[in-house]
Amino acid sequence: TPSLIMDPECSRLLPALCAVLVDPRQPVADDTCLEKLLDWFKTVTEAGMGEGVTVDFPQRPDRPSLLLLQENPCLVELLFRVLKAHDPRPRVLSFSLRLAGLFAAQEDCFQYLQVSLSRAVDTIFSLQGDSSLFVASAAGQLLVHILALAMRGPAEGHPSPQGCDWPACAQKIVCHVEDSLRSTATPQVTQALNVLTTTFGHCHSPWTQGLWVRLSPLVACLLEKDPIPASHSLVDLLLSVARSPVGSSDCGLWETLAQTLSHLSPTQAGPLALGILKLQDCPQALKTQAFGVLLQPLACVLKAAAQAPGPPGFPEGATGDSITVDTFLSSKSACVGLLCQALAHLELLQLLPQRPSPWPQAPLLRAAVAILRFCHGSAAPTSDVGGHLCAVLAGCVRVQRAALDFLGTLSQGTGPQELVTQVFAVLLEYLTSPDSSPMVLKKAFQATLRWLLGSPKAPSCCDLDPHTQLFLGELLPVLRKRLCSPCWEARDSGLEFLTQVTRHWGGQAAFRHALLASEVPELTGQLLRDPESYVRASAVTATGQLSSWGLYATPTGPEHPEVQQESLFTELLHILSTDSEGFPRRAVMHVFTQWLKDGHADVAEDLEQFVARVLQAASQDLDWEVRAQGLELALVFLEQLLGQPGSRCPYAVALPEAAPPATLAQVLQALCRVQLFEFALRALFDCDRPVAQKSCDLLLFLKAKATPCGGPQEAGASPDVVSVEAALQRWQAGEQGQPLGELEPEAVMAVLRSMDLEGLRGMLAKSSDHMEKSPQSLLQDMLATVGVLGENEADCY
Amino acid sequence: MLDCGLDMTSTLNFLPLPLVQNPRLSNLPGWSLKDGNAFLDKELKECSGHVFVDSVPEFCLPETELIDLSTVDVILISNYHCMMALPYITEHTGFTGTVYATEPTVQIGRLLMEELVNFIERVPKAQSASLWKNKDTQRLLPSPLKDAVEVSTWRRCYTMQEVNSALSKIQLVGYSQKIELFGAVQVTPLSSGYALGSSNWIIQSHYEKVSYVSGSSLLTTHPQFSVVFQPMDQASLKNSDVLILTGLTQIPTANPDGMVGEFCSNLALTVRNGGNVLVPCYPSGVIYDLLECLYQYIDSAGLSSIPFYFISPVANSSLEFSQIFAEWLCHNKQTKVYLPEPPFPHAELIQTNKLKHYPSIHGDFSNDFRQPCVVFTGHPSLRFGDVVHFMELWGKSSLNTVIFTEPDFSYLEALAPYQPLAMKCIYCPIDTRLNFIQVSKLLKEVQPLHVVCPEQYTQPPPAQSHRVDLMIDCQPPAMSYRRAEVLALPFRRRYEKIEIMPELADSLVPMEIKPGISLATVSAVLHTKDNKHVLQVPPRGGWGPPPRPAQPTGGKKRKRPSDDIPDCKVLKPLLSGSIPVEQFVQTLEKHGFSDIKVEDTAKGHIVLLQEAETLIQIEEDSTHIICDNDEVLRVRLRDLVLKFLQKF
Repeated sequence: TPSLIMDPECSRLLPALCAVLVDPRQPVADDTCLEKLLDWFKTVTEAGMGEGVTVDFPQRPDRPSLLLLQENPCLVELLFRVLKAHDPRPRVLSFSLRLAGLFAAQEDCFQYLQVSLSRAVDTIFSLQGDSSLFVASAAGQLLVHILALAMRGPAEGHPSPQGCDWPACAQKIVCHVEDSLRSTATPQVTQALNVLTTTFGHCHSPWTQGLWVRLSPLVACLLEKDPIPASHSLVDLLLSVARSPVGSSDCGLWETLAQTLSHLSPTQAGPLALGILKLQDCPQALKTQAFGVLLQPLACVLKAAAQAPGPPGFPEGATGDSITVDTFLSSKSACVGLLCQALAHLELLQLLPQRPSPWPQAPLLRAAVAILRFCHGSAAPTSDVGGHLCAVLAGCVRVQRAALDFLGTLSQGTGPQELVTQVFAVLLEYLTSPDSSPMVLKKAFQATLRWLLGSPKAPSCCDLDPHTQLFLGELLPVLRKRLCSPCWEARDSGLEFLTQVTRHWGGQAAFRHALLASEVPELTGQLLRDPESYVRASAVTATGQLSSWGLYATPTGPEHPEVQQESLFTELLHILSTDSEGFPRRAVMHVFTQWLKDGHADVAEDLEQFVARVLQAASQDLDWEVRAQGLELALVFLEQLLGQPGSRCPYAVALPEAAPPATLAQVLQALCRVQLFEFALRALFDCDRPVAQKSCDLLLFLKAKATPCGGPQEAGASPDVVSVEAALQRWQAGEQGQPLGELEPEAVMAVLRSMDLEGLRGMLAKSSDHMEKSPQSLLQDMLATVGVLGENEADCY
Repeated sequence: MLDCGLDMTSTLNFLPLPLVQNPRLSNLPGWSLKDGNAFLDKELKECSGHVFVDSVPEFCLPETELIDLSTVDVILISNYHCMMALPYITEHTGFTGTVYATEPTVQIGRLLMEELVNFIERVPKAQSASLWKNKDTQRLLPSPLKDAVEVSTWRRCYTMQEVNSALSKIQLVGYSQKIELFGAVQVTPLSSGYALGSSNWIIQSHYEKVSYVSGSSLLTTHPQFSVVFQPMDQASLKNSDVLILTGLTQIPTANPDGMVGEFCSNLALTVRNGGNVLVPCYPSGVIYDLLECLYQYIDSAGLSSIPFYFISPVANSSLEFSQIFAEWLCHNKQTKVYLPEPPFPHAELIQTNKLKHYPSIHGDFSNDFRQPCVVFTGHPSLRFGDVVHFMELWGKSSLNTVIFTEPDFSYLEALAPYQPLAMKCIYCPIDTRLNFIQVSKLLKEVQPLHVVCPEQYTQPPPAQSHRVDLMIDCQPPAMSYRRAEVLALPFRRRYEKIEIMPELADSLVPMEIKPGISLATVSAVLHTKDNKHVLQVPPRGGWGPPPRPAQPTGGKKRKRPSDDIPDCKVLKPLLSGSIPVEQFVQTLEKHGFSDIKVEDTAKGHIVLLQEAETLIQIEEDSTHIICDNDEVLRVRLRDLVLKFLQKF
């Protein structure tokens, strides 16, 4: 964007703003403004680094960042004064530090700044402990930038770990880090670890290797303390080192990692173990150890739940050690926390390509089922730990949610049939239980869906296998009851489940049979009149889906036995025109669009009538999403009449078509009959930009389709364009009430040709706040809030 | 006496009382012993594998053998369900005390009793079975009759006259009102959040505090149970020496919210299919919650056209009562009492004709009756009341559903005499009383020194022995009791508060013994009456009758054996201080005693005057001079001892 270059107006405003920022008496604009300003500076500085940018901005000076600093001395002045201030305001300080970091990341700027900044290193050290987290974090990052740039000189070679050949500035920082690592105060250790984490995360030059050789003994010393200080940051550092080039070369690192895994408490070790397992190349033994750590809590659960010695469980090293058991027994929150963490980590891990192999699917399934049973109170443990788990987990919603999510993810793998049966049994328990909270119920539905869709098809035919059919027989009555629940969330999740399962299985004979035999379709229709708008919306989607598969019959409930059966289309159209909430109306538009795409029977019966009625209802809607979806539907209609955009590739083999494509004249006639033009043209001047954009695209598509074919325009008729254009001008002026009247296709095409739709599209593509987003405007706003710009009364807040 | 509940589960052993002639029930075969002896066949009938007593139903009374109920001074009632045995106690045991209860408790309790009496009296049954109760006979009967306890004490229902008489003995109280009982203790009802007017009680003296927590509910933030009543007062329960905890939820595994969901879903499914729903219930309590939920639910479920019938002899009064006890409702509902909008939504259900109520199935109801419908009616035991009629009427069709919401009765036992049954049975017990998680929070908050509770609460339910979360877990462990067990509460009464009359207090001259501690001797008359102790100025120049103390402040006047004044002798000074043995010996020597020997004992010293053959035994709190008939010597020694002590 052009804003990359500091225009004169901005240069004029900048000193005033810097003055405001360093003046402790002036109120500082909110964080957001400072963030935006930083973003802007970032785009300016980054433009100086990439190569591609040069092509885009040939007029750009070679070193824009340095130029910026040189031409605007107020910036350096700002950094200097803020760092020297006795009691700088945290927002401004954080802003200044980050700004300094931005510039310092480039060598030329760094050298320019170095003179003033290296004197400030001591200040930056102390700012690491600032009470404002923004300041502390910015100070840490700045140190990393300074260190990295200072090391750039000797980076070509491998500097000695002792640091005798290191630049003074770098030496100073590293010594500070060393001192901090030796400190007995945890905050100091944390700061040092965070600086190192950032360093190894961002700098991949050979000198980092020397840095690690120098500091790793100090890091290893931390492991010998009890408790291990700043364990969280330590884990971050070790993973950061392991991911950096240092990791691949230093075999001492793997030993440190192994040692750390065994020293940390189960809860602390979890994130480290996951991190290790995500590493691309690391020794198999370490991976096994890390996987063991993640499996420990579940191994404990399995052990506690076992009535008798069960089938082989997890691999060696994950057998439920005493430390994990102690954590389980120590407190409810520790037990719940550890379990939830383990479940979440394993869930993440399962989705990764580098997950451990063989993956212990069966014991994991057993553990998930056991946890869910503990939570439900249906487990009957015999051991003490089991009894304790039972008491702690009974009714624990947090664990239930985590376990159901995990169980859902496990559906990607298979399992022995006996286990799968248990999975379905426990899912059914949760779906049935009146005690399942709305969120747990939703998760149970989601997990059930994943297991159902993952279940194998019967080998003999393409229908559902007998187990699944049996399960459906039990599930549908439960679903039926949930659709009658007084809790709207339960009704909503039930409907969502029904929609999804129907989408996948609407064609399966066994499913169709079971569904039609249940009362579920009728109940779904009933919920179109639910008092809760979310439920109505879900019911619209569900009935739409059922109807697409011919699984929906209009209900005759006890409420309206006298009402004549009306088609679902009429009912949904009624919702579209009368529902007071947006969600159900949007859902209706989505269903109608889908129906049109699918060639739904209700639609095919009288296509034009369908489109006309829907567009008429949508055009009057107050919700822009409904109007936008109306255009989507109109586009589908157009495509069906004219063919897909871009499908007329001259070299494509023409597919045989059932009916010959209609002539353009016929098409245009049809579009006029369904009043598509009026709808689209009205939308072109819509006050909501996305609607106008969509309409513009649609009309451009139409124009493109119509123009090359010549067509009516050549017939020599002189269409009545004047009245149409007059109406459009009134619309543009905001007088939308005016009808367009009967439209002739010729007139429409003439109007389209005369309109600068491309120009309009370009204008609409700019965001509505493109004026307000400019850096100049930002600076003006910030100054205006403190009253420096007296003459500018504009206030965009 | 804390509460006065009636065990109505005994009625489950009896045949239902049908409202109209019922050939099925009247033609049941009599039961005979294994050896063919049929002497019980008039009393016991067999019905689908179970044996029932064919007689007027009888109730199991509170324990009467253990104590003489005529000696009970006070009965504290905590809620209307816990007073159903009151007429048996107040009318037949020689009870002359007072019953304390809140006004809504009494009014709704009256409704429950009136309904009970009405249900039983309107179907008079000539037969009263008693042969089966013979201990030797009972042993031969099948379960559960064989195992029924205390059958000899089971009684038929009381009459309305007895109810009225019993209720007239109740003294109405308000929340936080302090009631003096004979000056000995003060009792205070606190809101317990469970039902209209329900209360917990504090029983306290000046130095001890016992809390009685019974039937409480903490469902304050519940959307379904929109806190109809004043929330439970927990703060006042703090600092209790003993907290007696009872009336927890009977169904700890079922949360009320989920159960209401089940109730509504099953109701909707049944009605949608053209079936009827029967809800056996009491005329007050859970029914309000259900009606409130249904009020919100019926429109969403498309049930607006389905009639809801509430049939009870007291239906009208119950619905009206609940609207007028403003001060007993929660704040939210209280404000509604003063608005045109009624506090409970069932008024609107009635106005819009969705809820109709009738005293019985006879009369108007039979004209208005339309199916499918939902009927709320009693009694939840299914042994008497209009519910018996609907069970017979609807039991044969699988379209209909009976939904049990009251937790008091086992639904399977309740259904036993109606088997075989085609109608669906749903068990959705709704019990809003404290569950074990809530109890644990409550105890942490209130921190009583000791908890006393029924034995059942201290172990997991027998059917779920692994659910250690379903028991009271507190430190120190709760003291438990079982039926007819006598328990000594773990505190001792060590202090009494004594008042000093102002004139007397004026005359005291305190001496500072240690910084902050002063002593004064008091010469006064201790007047004790109605457990109040007052120190009064002794009469001058002889002992006349004492002035009347400035009380009584309530409580019942009782004749105590002696209001007499105790004999009063010449007042001697009180001594304090200790005797330093060495100085004492020096003093003795100074006064001419020689040959003094001092021996140390476990409690002090013995000073031996060998020559005078005299012992002076000095201990921490006593000094004895033991000499042989030498009064002069004793007085001399005594005066020497006194020199070391301070006198008051």
